[in-house]
Amino acid sequence: MADQKALIFDQEAIRDDFPVLKREVHPGKPLVYLDSAASSQKPSVVIEAMNTYYRSTNANIHRGIHVLAEEATSQYEGAREKVARFINAASAREIIYTRNTTESINLVAYSWGRKNLKAGDVIILTEMEHHSNLVPWQILAEEIGVNLEFIPVTGDGLLDLEMYQKLLSKQPKLVSFMHMSNVLGTINPAKEIIRMAHEAGALVLVDGAQSVPHFAVDVQALDADFYAFSSHKMCGPTGMGILYGKEKLLNAMPPFLGGGDMIKRVELRKFTPNSLPYKFEAGTPAIAEAVGLGAAVDYLESVGMDAVALHEQELTEYALERLAEVPEVTVFGPSAEHKGGVASFTFSDVHPHDIAQIVDRDGVAVRAGHHCAMPLHEKFDIPATARASFYLYNSKRDVDRLIEGLYKVKELFG
Amino acid sequence: MDDLYRELIIDRYKNPHYRGSLDPHDLSYEDDNPLCGDHIRIELRVDENNVVTEALFDGRGCSISQASADLLLESVIGKDVEEVKHFSKDNVLDLLGIELGPVRLKCALLSLKVLKAGVYGLDEGEAGDDLMD
Repeated sequence: MADQKALIFDQEAIRDDFPVLKREVHPGKPLVYLDSAASSQKPSVVIEAMNTYYRSTNANIHRGIHVLAEEATSQYEGAREKVARFINAASAREIIYTRNTTESINLVAYSWGRKNLKAGDVIILTEMEHHSNLVPWQILAEEIGVNLEFIPVTGDGLLDLEMYQKLLSKQPKLVSFMHMSNVLGTINPAKEIIRMAHEAGALVLVDGAQSVPHFAVDVQALDADFYAFSSHKMCGPTGMGILYGKEKLLNAMPPFLGGGDMIKRVELRKFTPNSLPYKFEAGTPAIAEAVGLGAAVDYLESVGMDAVALHEQELTEYALERLAEVPEVTVFGPSAEHKGGVASFTFSDVHPHDIAQIVDRDGVAVRAGHHCAMPLHEKFDIPATARASFYLYNSKRDVDRLIEGLYKVKELFG
Repeated sequence: MDDLYRELIIDRYKNPHYRGSLDPHDLSYEDDNPLCGDHIRIELRVDENNVVTEALFDGRGCSISQASADLLLESVIGKDVEEVKHFSKDNVLDLLGIELGPVRLKCALLSLKVLKAGVYGLDEGEAGDDLMD
Protein backbone atom coordinates (compact mmCIF):
# COMPACT_ATOMS: atom_id res chain seq x y z
CA MET A 1 0.00 0.00 0.00
CA ALA A 2 2.84 2.35 0.82
CA ASP A 3 4.32 1.81 -2.64
CA GLN A 4 1.02 2.53 -4.37
CA LYS A 5 0.65 5.80 -2.50
CA ALA A 6 4.23 6.74 -3.24
CA LEU A 7 3.56 6.38 -6.93
CA ILE A 8 1.01 9.17 -6.80
CA PHE A 9 3.03 11.43 -4.48
CA ASP A 10 3.17 14.53 -6.64
CA GLN A 11 5.80 16.82 -5.11
CA GLU A 12 4.95 19.85 -7.21
CA ALA A 13 1.21 19.56 -6.60
CA ILE A 14 1.83 19.30 -2.86
CA ARG A 15 4.05 22.38 -2.85
CA ASP A 16 1.29 24.26 -4.64
CA ASP A 17 -1.07 23.43 -1.78
CA PHE A 18 0.99 25.63 0.59
CA PRO A 19 0.68 29.31 -0.32
CA VAL A 20 3.51 30.52 1.93
CA LEU A 21 6.04 28.47 -0.05
CA LYS A 22 5.51 30.85 -2.96
CA ARG A 23 6.89 33.87 -1.12
CA GLU A 24 10.33 35.35 -1.21
CA VAL A 25 11.83 36.03 2.21
CA HIS A 26 14.55 38.29 0.87
CA PRO A 27 14.64 39.87 -2.61
CA GLY A 28 15.21 37.07 -5.11
CA LYS A 29 15.37 34.45 -2.36
CA PRO A 30 12.33 32.17 -2.29
CA LEU A 31 11.51 30.51 1.02
CA VAL A 32 13.01 27.10 1.77
CA TYR A 33 11.17 26.10 4.91
CA LEU A 34 13.14 23.57 6.96
CA ASP A 35 11.58 24.25 10.36
CA SER A 36 8.51 22.03 10.34
CA ALA A 37 9.49 20.26 13.56
CA ALA A 38 8.83 23.61 15.25
CA SER A 39 5.64 24.33 13.30
CA SER A 40 4.43 23.15 9.93
CA GLN A 41 3.10 25.34 7.15
CA LYS A 42 -0.62 25.22 6.36
CA PRO A 43 -2.25 24.13 3.10
CA SER A 44 -4.92 26.32 1.50
CA VAL A 45 -7.66 23.86 2.43
CA VAL A 46 -6.95 24.42 6.15
CA ILE A 47 -6.80 28.20 5.84
CA GLU A 48 -10.01 28.18 3.77
CA ALA A 49 -11.85 25.88 6.18
CA MET A 50 -11.21 28.32 9.02
CA ASN A 51 -12.12 31.33 6.88
CA THR A 52 -15.33 29.68 5.78
CA TYR A 53 -16.18 28.81 9.35
CA TYR A 54 -15.82 32.45 10.42
CA ARG A 55 -17.54 33.82 7.31
CA SER A 56 -20.58 31.60 7.31
CA THR A 57 -20.98 29.73 10.59
CA ASN A 58 -19.32 31.21 13.67
CA ALA A 59 -21.32 30.64 16.89
CA ASN A 60 -20.68 29.12 20.27
CA ILE A 61 -21.11 25.37 20.43
CA HIS A 62 -23.33 22.92 22.28
CA ARG A 63 -26.37 24.43 23.99
CA GLY A 64 -27.38 26.84 21.20
CA ILE A 65 -30.63 26.03 19.42
CA HIS A 66 -30.21 28.31 16.42
CA VAL A 67 -28.86 27.15 13.07
CA LEU A 68 -25.37 28.64 13.41
CA ALA A 69 -24.84 27.06 16.84
CA GLU A 70 -25.96 23.70 15.53
CA GLU A 71 -23.65 23.94 12.54
CA ALA A 72 -20.71 25.06 14.67
CA THR A 73 -21.30 22.17 17.07
CA SER A 74 -21.49 19.67 14.28
CA GLN A 75 -18.29 20.94 12.64
CA TYR A 76 -16.47 21.00 15.98
CA GLU A 77 -17.57 17.46 16.84
CA GLY A 78 -17.02 16.31 13.26
CA ALA A 79 -13.36 17.25 13.59
CA ARG A 80 -13.15 15.15 16.75
CA GLU A 81 -14.48 12.16 14.81
CA LYS A 82 -11.86 12.72 12.13
CA VAL A 83 -9.04 12.88 14.67
CA ALA A 84 -10.31 9.71 16.37
CA ARG A 85 -10.30 7.89 13.05
CA PHE A 86 -6.89 9.31 12.10
CA ILE A 87 -5.15 7.76 15.11
CA ASN A 88 -7.57 4.82 15.35
CA ALA A 89 -9.01 5.66 18.78
CA ALA A 90 -11.82 3.34 19.85
CA SER A 91 -14.19 6.29 20.25
CA ALA A 92 -14.31 10.06 19.77
CA ARG A 93 -14.98 10.25 23.53
CA GLU A 94 -11.28 9.44 23.95
CA ILE A 95 -10.23 12.59 22.06
CA ILE A 96 -9.82 15.60 24.36
CA TYR A 97 -9.21 19.00 22.79
CA THR A 98 -6.42 20.97 24.49
CA ARG A 99 -4.26 23.88 23.36
CA ASN A 100 -1.19 21.85 22.42
CA THR A 101 0.92 18.82 23.32
CA THR A 102 2.24 20.62 26.38
CA GLU A 103 -1.24 21.18 27.78
CA SER A 104 -2.16 17.57 27.03
CA ILE A 105 0.77 16.31 29.09
CA ASN A 106 0.00 18.78 31.87
CA LEU A 107 -3.59 17.57 31.90
CA VAL A 108 -2.43 14.03 32.66
CA ALA A 109 0.11 15.24 35.23
CA TYR A 110 -2.41 17.39 37.09
CA SER A 111 -5.49 15.22 36.83
CA TRP A 112 -4.23 11.63 36.76
CA GLY A 113 -0.98 12.39 38.56
CA ARG A 114 -2.41 14.22 41.53
CA LYS A 115 -5.07 11.59 42.06
CA ASN A 116 -2.94 8.51 41.63
CA LEU A 117 0.60 9.36 42.73
CA LYS A 118 2.09 9.60 46.19
CA ALA A 119 5.51 10.29 47.66
CA GLY A 120 8.09 7.74 46.57
CA ASP A 121 6.22 6.63 43.44
CA VAL A 122 8.42 6.32 40.37
CA ILE A 123 7.89 7.92 36.94
CA ILE A 124 10.21 6.88 34.12
CA LEU A 125 11.08 9.49 31.49
CA THR A 126 13.98 9.60 29.02
CA GLU A 127 17.04 11.81 28.63
CA MET A 128 15.87 12.98 25.21
CA GLU A 129 12.57 14.51 26.35
CA HIS A 130 11.35 17.94 25.32
CA HIS A 131 10.89 20.30 28.25
CA SER A 132 7.13 19.74 27.93
CA ASN A 133 7.57 16.15 29.06
CA LEU A 134 10.04 17.01 31.83
CA VAL A 135 8.76 20.08 33.65
CA PRO A 136 5.18 18.85 34.43
CA TRP A 137 6.71 15.82 36.15
CA GLN A 138 9.36 17.93 37.92
CA ILE A 139 6.49 20.01 39.32
CA LEU A 140 4.84 16.82 40.59
CA ALA A 141 8.16 15.66 42.01
CA GLU A 142 8.36 18.86 44.00
CA GLU A 143 4.70 18.87 45.01
CA ILE A 144 4.11 15.20 45.79
CA GLY A 145 7.60 13.77 46.13
CA VAL A 146 7.50 11.34 43.21
CA ASN A 147 10.87 10.10 41.96
CA LEU A 148 11.91 10.64 38.36
CA GLU A 149 14.09 8.10 36.58
CA PHE A 150 15.50 8.50 33.08
CA ILE A 151 16.13 6.01 30.30
CA PRO A 152 19.64 6.91 29.07
CA VAL A 153 20.33 7.96 25.49
CA THR A 154 23.21 6.15 23.80
CA GLY A 155 25.96 7.96 21.88
CA ASP A 156 24.19 7.28 18.58
CA GLY A 157 20.95 8.75 19.86
CA LEU A 158 18.91 5.66 20.73
CA LEU A 159 17.23 4.78 24.02
CA ASP A 160 19.13 2.23 26.08
CA LEU A 161 16.45 -0.44 26.45
CA GLU A 162 18.58 -2.66 28.69
CA MET A 163 18.79 0.16 31.20
CA TYR A 164 15.06 0.69 30.74
CA GLN A 165 14.44 -2.96 31.64
CA LYS A 166 16.45 -2.43 34.83
CA LEU A 167 14.58 0.76 35.70
CA LEU A 168 11.29 -1.10 35.38
CA SER A 169 12.24 -3.15 38.45
CA LYS A 170 11.56 0.02 40.45
CA GLN A 171 7.87 -0.62 39.75
CA PRO A 172 7.06 2.70 38.09
CA LYS A 173 3.49 4.01 38.05
CA LEU A 174 4.02 5.77 34.72
CA VAL A 175 6.39 5.70 31.76
CA SER A 176 6.28 8.86 29.64
CA PHE A 177 8.39 9.23 26.49
CA MET A 178 8.50 10.89 23.09
CA HIS A 179 7.60 8.75 20.08
CA MET A 180 10.05 10.71 17.93
CA SER A 181 12.81 13.05 19.10
CA ASN A 182 12.55 16.66 17.91
CA VAL A 183 16.35 16.96 18.07
CA LEU A 184 17.86 13.59 17.18
CA GLY A 185 15.03 12.50 14.94
CA THR A 186 15.09 9.12 16.67
CA ILE A 187 11.90 7.15 16.18
CA ASN A 188 11.64 5.24 19.43
CA PRO A 189 10.30 1.66 19.46
CA ALA A 190 7.05 2.79 21.05
CA LYS A 191 5.24 -0.52 20.89
CA GLU A 192 8.04 -2.35 22.68
CA ILE A 193 8.50 0.37 25.30
CA ILE A 194 4.76 0.31 26.02
CA ARG A 195 4.62 -3.49 26.20
CA MET A 196 7.52 -3.57 28.67
CA ALA A 197 5.89 -0.85 30.80
CA HIS A 198 2.59 -2.70 30.91
CA GLU A 199 4.34 -5.93 31.93
CA ALA A 200 5.82 -3.97 34.83
CA GLY A 201 2.37 -2.63 35.76
CA ALA A 202 2.93 0.97 34.62
CA LEU A 203 0.70 3.18 32.51
CA VAL A 204 2.21 4.90 29.48
CA LEU A 205 1.95 8.41 28.08
CA VAL A 206 3.42 9.04 24.64
CA ASP A 207 4.44 12.51 23.46
CA GLY A 208 3.45 12.27 19.82
CA ALA A 209 4.16 15.87 18.80
CA GLN A 210 6.71 14.74 16.18
CA SER A 211 5.15 11.41 15.20
CA VAL A 212 1.47 11.98 14.36
CA PRO A 213 2.34 14.60 11.69
CA HIS A 214 4.86 12.35 9.97
CA PHE A 215 3.75 8.72 9.98
CA ALA A 216 0.64 6.65 10.62
CA VAL A 217 -0.04 6.23 14.35
CA ASP A 218 -2.51 3.65 15.66
CA VAL A 219 -3.05 4.20 19.38
CA GLN A 220 -4.85 0.88 19.80
CA ALA A 221 -2.16 -1.14 18.05
CA LEU A 222 0.44 0.64 20.23
CA ASP A 223 -1.76 0.07 23.29
CA ALA A 224 -0.85 3.58 24.52
CA ASP A 225 -2.77 4.71 27.61
CA PHE A 226 -2.34 8.40 26.80
CA TYR A 227 -1.12 9.94 23.56
CA ALA A 228 -0.54 13.69 23.17
CA PHE A 229 0.01 15.77 20.02
CA SER A 230 -0.43 19.23 18.47
CA SER A 231 -2.40 20.47 15.49
CA HIS A 232 0.09 23.08 14.34
CA LYS A 233 2.82 20.57 13.54
CA MET A 234 0.45 18.55 11.29
CA CYS A 235 -0.71 21.25 8.85
CA GLY A 236 -3.37 22.53 11.25
CA PRO A 237 -3.66 25.80 13.18
CA THR A 238 -1.92 26.75 16.42
CA GLY A 239 -3.88 26.83 19.68
CA MET A 240 -5.19 23.31 19.24
CA GLY A 241 -3.85 20.08 20.72
CA ILE A 242 -5.11 16.61 21.40
CA LEU A 243 -4.97 14.30 24.35
CA TYR A 244 -6.00 10.76 23.55
CA GLY A 245 -6.71 8.63 26.60
CA LYS A 246 -8.27 5.22 27.10
CA GLU A 247 -11.88 5.82 28.05
CA LYS A 248 -11.70 3.84 31.27
CA LEU A 249 -8.73 5.90 32.48
CA LEU A 250 -10.22 9.25 31.48
CA ASN A 251 -13.48 8.36 33.20
CA ALA A 252 -11.69 7.68 36.47
CA MET A 253 -9.77 10.97 36.36
CA PRO A 254 -10.94 14.15 38.10
CA PRO A 255 -11.54 17.25 35.93
CA PHE A 256 -8.59 19.45 34.97
CA LEU A 257 -9.89 23.02 34.53
CA GLY A 258 -13.28 23.97 35.98
CA GLY A 259 -15.93 26.12 34.32
CA GLY A 260 -18.61 26.04 31.68
CA ASP A 261 -19.11 23.03 29.42
CA MET A 262 -17.19 20.63 31.68
CA ILE A 263 -20.18 20.27 34.02
CA LYS A 264 -23.42 18.37 33.96
CA ARG A 265 -24.95 20.32 36.83
CA VAL A 266 -23.77 23.13 39.09
CA GLU A 267 -25.08 24.21 42.50
CA LEU A 268 -23.64 27.00 44.62
CA ARG A 269 -21.37 24.68 46.56
CA LYS A 270 -20.84 21.71 44.27
CA PHE A 271 -20.85 20.46 40.70
CA THR A 272 -21.30 17.23 38.80
CA PRO A 273 -18.74 16.83 36.02
CA ASN A 274 -19.83 16.26 32.46
CA SER A 275 -19.20 13.00 30.63
CA LEU A 276 -16.30 12.45 28.24
CA PRO A 277 -14.80 14.21 26.44
CA TYR A 278 -16.43 17.42 27.73
CA LYS A 279 -15.33 16.79 31.31
CA PHE A 280 -11.88 18.05 30.31
CA GLU A 281 -12.97 20.95 28.10
CA ALA A 282 -13.86 23.93 30.27
CA GLY A 283 -14.91 27.21 28.69
CA THR A 284 -15.44 28.17 25.06
CA PRO A 285 -12.89 26.15 23.12
CA ALA A 286 -10.93 26.91 19.95
CA ILE A 287 -13.79 26.12 17.56
CA ALA A 288 -12.36 27.46 14.30
CA GLU A 289 -9.08 25.74 15.16
CA ALA A 290 -10.87 22.41 15.61
CA VAL A 291 -12.42 22.92 12.18
CA GLY A 292 -8.96 23.70 10.81
CA LEU A 293 -7.50 20.58 12.40
CA GLY A 294 -10.29 18.51 10.86
CA ALA A 295 -9.36 19.93 7.44
CA ALA A 296 -5.68 19.15 8.11
CA VAL A 297 -6.56 15.53 8.91
CA ASP A 298 -8.56 15.30 5.68
CA TYR A 299 -5.63 16.77 3.78
CA LEU A 300 -3.04 14.39 5.26
CA GLU A 301 -5.35 11.42 4.64
CA SER A 302 -5.80 12.49 1.02
CA VAL A 303 -2.02 12.38 0.55
CA GLY A 304 -1.70 9.24 2.68
CA MET A 305 0.44 9.00 5.80
CA ASP A 306 2.45 6.09 4.40
CA ALA A 307 3.34 8.23 1.40
CA VAL A 308 4.30 11.13 3.68
CA ALA A 309 6.53 8.84 5.74
CA LEU A 310 8.18 7.32 2.68
CA HIS A 311 8.84 10.73 1.15
CA GLU A 312 10.41 12.02 4.37
CA GLN A 313 12.50 8.88 4.71
CA GLU A 314 13.97 9.42 1.23
CA LEU A 315 14.55 13.09 1.96
CA THR A 316 16.26 12.33 5.28
CA GLU A 317 18.59 9.82 3.66
CA TYR A 318 19.44 12.37 0.98
CA ALA A 319 20.02 15.12 3.55
CA LEU A 320 22.32 12.91 5.64
CA GLU A 321 24.32 12.04 2.51
CA ARG A 322 24.68 15.66 1.49
CA LEU A 323 25.53 16.86 5.02
CA ALA A 324 28.23 14.18 5.17
CA GLU A 325 29.89 15.90 2.19
CA VAL A 326 30.68 18.91 4.37
CA PRO A 327 33.56 17.86 6.63
CA GLU A 328 32.88 20.58 9.23
CA VAL A 329 29.35 19.29 9.83
CA THR A 330 28.53 16.86 12.64
CA VAL A 331 25.00 15.44 12.62
CA PHE A 332 23.56 14.18 15.90
CA GLY A 333 21.28 11.20 16.23
CA PRO A 334 20.93 7.75 14.74
CA SER A 335 21.37 6.54 11.17
CA ALA A 336 18.54 7.04 8.69
CA GLU A 337 16.79 3.75 9.45
CA HIS A 338 15.91 4.88 13.00
CA LYS A 339 15.40 8.52 12.11
CA GLY A 340 12.50 10.72 11.05
CA GLY A 341 12.86 13.92 9.06
CA VAL A 342 15.11 15.85 11.44
CA ALA A 343 18.81 16.66 11.11
CA SER A 344 20.38 18.56 14.01
CA PHE A 345 23.98 19.48 13.43
CA THR A 346 26.92 21.63 14.36
CA PHE A 347 29.43 23.22 11.98
CA SER A 348 32.90 22.99 13.55
CA ASP A 349 32.84 25.66 16.27
CA VAL A 350 30.56 28.11 14.46
CA HIS A 351 27.67 29.01 16.71
CA PRO A 352 24.33 27.64 15.41
CA HIS A 353 22.84 31.15 15.53
CA ASP A 354 25.40 32.23 12.99
CA ILE A 355 24.67 29.19 10.82
CA ALA A 356 20.93 29.89 10.92
CA GLN A 357 21.43 33.58 10.21
CA ILE A 358 23.71 33.00 7.24
CA VAL A 359 21.47 30.44 5.55
CA ASP A 360 18.46 32.67 6.25
CA ARG A 361 20.04 35.32 4.04
CA ASP A 362 19.46 32.85 1.20
CA GLY A 363 15.88 32.17 2.27
CA VAL A 364 16.58 28.90 4.09
CA ALA A 365 14.71 28.69 7.41
CA VAL A 366 16.37 26.41 9.98
CA ARG A 367 16.17 26.59 13.75
CA ALA A 368 19.10 27.16 16.08
CA GLY A 369 19.24 26.60 19.81
CA HIS A 370 18.53 23.77 22.22
CA HIS A 371 15.07 23.06 20.74
CA CYS A 372 13.51 22.82 24.22
CA ALA A 373 15.79 19.91 25.09
CA MET A 374 18.50 21.43 27.27
CA PRO A 375 19.32 18.22 29.17
CA LEU A 376 19.83 16.35 25.90
CA HIS A 377 22.25 19.02 24.64
CA GLU A 378 24.11 18.85 27.93
CA LYS A 379 24.37 15.10 27.51
CA PHE A 380 26.07 15.62 24.14
CA ASP A 381 28.08 18.49 25.66
CA ILE A 382 26.99 21.11 23.13
CA PRO A 383 25.22 24.38 23.97
CA ALA A 384 23.11 24.36 20.82
CA THR A 385 22.57 22.83 17.40
CA ALA A 386 21.20 24.00 14.09
CA ARG A 387 18.24 21.91 13.00
CA ALA A 388 16.80 21.26 9.56
CA SER A 389 13.47 19.42 9.64
CA PHE A 390 11.44 18.16 6.73
CA TYR A 391 7.83 17.68 5.81
CA LEU A 392 5.79 16.53 2.85
CA TYR A 393 6.28 19.81 0.97
CA ASN A 394 10.08 19.71 1.06
CA SER A 395 12.15 18.44 -1.84
CA LYS A 396 15.74 17.43 -2.48
CA ARG A 397 16.19 20.87 -4.02
CA ASP A 398 15.49 22.33 -0.55
CA VAL A 399 18.27 20.19 0.90
CA ASP A 400 20.59 21.40 -1.86
CA ARG A 401 19.79 25.01 -0.96
CA LEU A 402 20.72 24.28 2.67
CA ILE A 403 24.03 22.75 1.61
CA GLU A 404 24.77 25.78 -0.59
CA GLY A 405 24.14 27.93 2.47
CA LEU A 406 26.52 25.84 4.55
CA TYR A 407 29.27 26.47 2.02
CA LYS A 408 28.71 30.19 2.64
CA VAL A 409 29.18 29.55 6.35
CA LYS A 410 32.47 27.93 5.45
CA GLU A 411 33.45 30.91 3.32
CA LEU A 412 32.81 33.35 6.17
CA PHE A 413 34.03 31.40 9.16
CA GLY A 414 36.18 28.67 7.62
CA MET B 1 26.56 38.70 2.33
CA ASP B 2 24.95 41.72 3.89
CA ASP B 3 26.10 43.96 6.70
CA LEU B 4 25.29 41.57 9.49
CA TYR B 5 28.51 39.70 8.89
CA ARG B 6 30.61 42.72 8.04
CA GLU B 7 34.31 42.21 8.20
CA LEU B 8 34.72 43.91 11.57
CA ILE B 9 32.43 41.44 13.29
CA ILE B 10 33.92 38.33 11.75
CA ASP B 11 37.41 39.68 12.44
CA ARG B 12 36.75 40.49 16.09
CA TYR B 13 35.04 37.13 16.51
CA LYS B 14 37.97 35.21 15.07
CA ASN B 15 40.72 37.41 16.50
CA PRO B 16 39.44 39.14 19.61
CA HIS B 17 41.65 41.83 21.10
CA TYR B 18 40.29 41.66 24.62
CA ARG B 19 39.80 37.99 25.32
CA GLY B 20 41.41 36.58 28.45
CA SER B 21 41.36 37.05 32.19
CA LEU B 22 42.81 39.59 34.62
CA ASP B 23 44.31 38.31 37.83
CA PRO B 24 43.85 40.22 40.04
CA HIS B 25 40.93 42.37 38.97
CA ASP B 26 38.72 44.94 40.66
CA LEU B 27 35.40 44.08 39.11
CA SER B 28 34.03 40.97 37.52
CA TYR B 29 30.69 39.58 36.53
CA GLU B 30 29.33 36.80 34.35
CA ASP B 31 26.00 35.79 32.95
CA ASP B 32 24.51 33.74 30.19
CA ASN B 33 21.69 33.73 27.74
CA PRO B 34 20.07 30.36 28.40
CA LEU B 35 18.13 30.50 25.15
CA CYS B 36 21.23 30.06 23.05
CA GLY B 37 23.86 28.99 25.57
CA ASP B 38 25.91 32.17 25.14
CA HIS B 39 28.10 32.96 28.12
CA ILE B 40 30.20 36.05 28.90
CA ARG B 41 32.51 36.81 31.82
CA ILE B 42 34.06 40.25 32.10
CA GLU B 43 36.92 41.35 34.36
CA LEU B 44 37.99 44.97 34.85
CA ARG B 45 40.82 46.81 36.54
CA VAL B 46 39.95 50.26 37.83
CA ASP B 47 42.46 52.86 39.09
CA GLU B 48 42.22 55.14 42.13
CA ASN B 49 40.37 57.75 40.04
CA ASN B 50 37.69 55.20 39.20
CA VAL B 51 38.85 54.92 35.61
CA VAL B 52 38.85 51.58 33.80
CA THR B 53 42.45 50.76 32.93
CA GLU B 54 42.16 47.21 31.67
CA ALA B 55 39.30 44.98 30.59
CA LEU B 56 39.13 41.40 29.35
CA PHE B 57 36.31 38.98 28.65
CA ASP B 58 35.91 35.27 28.27
CA GLY B 59 32.98 33.26 27.05
CA ARG B 60 31.36 31.39 24.25
CA GLY B 61 28.61 32.17 21.85
CA CYS B 62 27.75 33.39 18.40
CA SER B 63 29.87 35.85 16.45
CA ILE B 64 27.57 38.75 17.34
CA SER B 65 27.78 38.13 21.09
CA GLN B 66 31.53 37.63 21.15
CA ALA B 67 32.41 40.47 18.75
CA SER B 68 30.17 42.86 20.65
CA ALA B 69 31.93 41.96 23.91
CA ASP B 70 35.30 42.63 22.33
CA LEU B 71 34.23 45.99 20.87
CA LEU B 72 32.46 47.00 24.06
CA LEU B 73 35.52 46.40 26.24
CA GLU B 74 37.68 48.35 23.81
CA SER B 75 35.33 51.28 24.27
CA VAL B 76 35.27 51.21 28.10
CA ILE B 77 39.02 51.33 28.63
CA GLY B 78 39.98 54.82 29.77
CA LYS B 79 36.44 55.68 30.78
CA ASP B 80 35.15 56.58 34.22
CA VAL B 81 33.07 53.85 35.85
CA GLU B 82 30.23 56.37 36.28
CA GLU B 83 30.27 56.88 32.54
CA VAL B 84 30.23 53.13 31.90
CA LYS B 85 27.10 52.92 34.03
CA HIS B 86 25.34 55.03 31.44
CA PHE B 87 26.31 52.90 28.45
CA SER B 88 23.21 51.96 26.51
CA LYS B 89 21.98 49.64 23.84
CA ASP B 90 22.67 52.33 21.24
CA ASN B 91 26.34 52.46 22.22
CA VAL B 92 26.67 48.77 21.45
CA LEU B 93 24.75 48.99 18.19
CA ASP B 94 26.92 51.92 17.12
CA LEU B 95 30.02 49.86 17.84
CA LEU B 96 28.70 46.95 15.81
CA GLY B 97 27.41 49.20 13.05
CA ILE B 98 24.52 46.92 12.18
CA GLU B 99 20.80 46.66 12.76
CA LEU B 100 19.56 43.60 14.57
CA GLY B 101 16.24 41.81 14.96
CA PRO B 102 14.92 41.12 18.47
CA VAL B 103 16.53 37.69 18.83
CA ARG B 104 20.02 38.72 17.77
CA LEU B 105 19.71 41.91 19.83
CA LYS B 106 19.86 39.70 22.93
CA CYS B 107 23.11 38.20 21.64
CA ALA B 108 24.57 41.64 21.03
CA LEU B 109 23.54 43.02 24.41
CA LEU B 110 24.67 40.16 26.64
CA SER B 111 28.10 41.74 27.16
CA LEU B 112 26.53 45.09 28.03
CA LYS B 113 24.23 43.39 30.53
CA VAL B 114 27.23 41.67 32.14
CA LEU B 115 29.33 44.86 32.11
CA LYS B 116 26.62 46.94 33.73
CA ALA B 117 25.83 44.32 36.34
CA GLY B 118 29.55 44.34 37.13
CA VAL B 119 29.93 48.10 37.46
CA TYR B 120 26.73 48.47 39.43
CA GLY B 121 28.12 45.95 41.88
CA LEU B 122 25.70 43.19 40.97
CA ASP B 123 22.70 45.48 41.18
CA GLU B 124 20.92 43.84 38.29
CA GLY B 125 17.69 45.73 38.67
CA GLU B 126 19.24 49.08 37.94
CA ALA B 127 21.61 47.62 35.40
CA GLY B 128 18.85 45.97 33.47
CA ASP B 129 16.60 49.00 33.16
CA ASP B 130 18.46 50.64 30.33
CA LEU B 131 18.42 47.42 28.34
CA MET B 132 14.66 47.29 28.14
CA ASP B 133 13.42 48.62 24.89
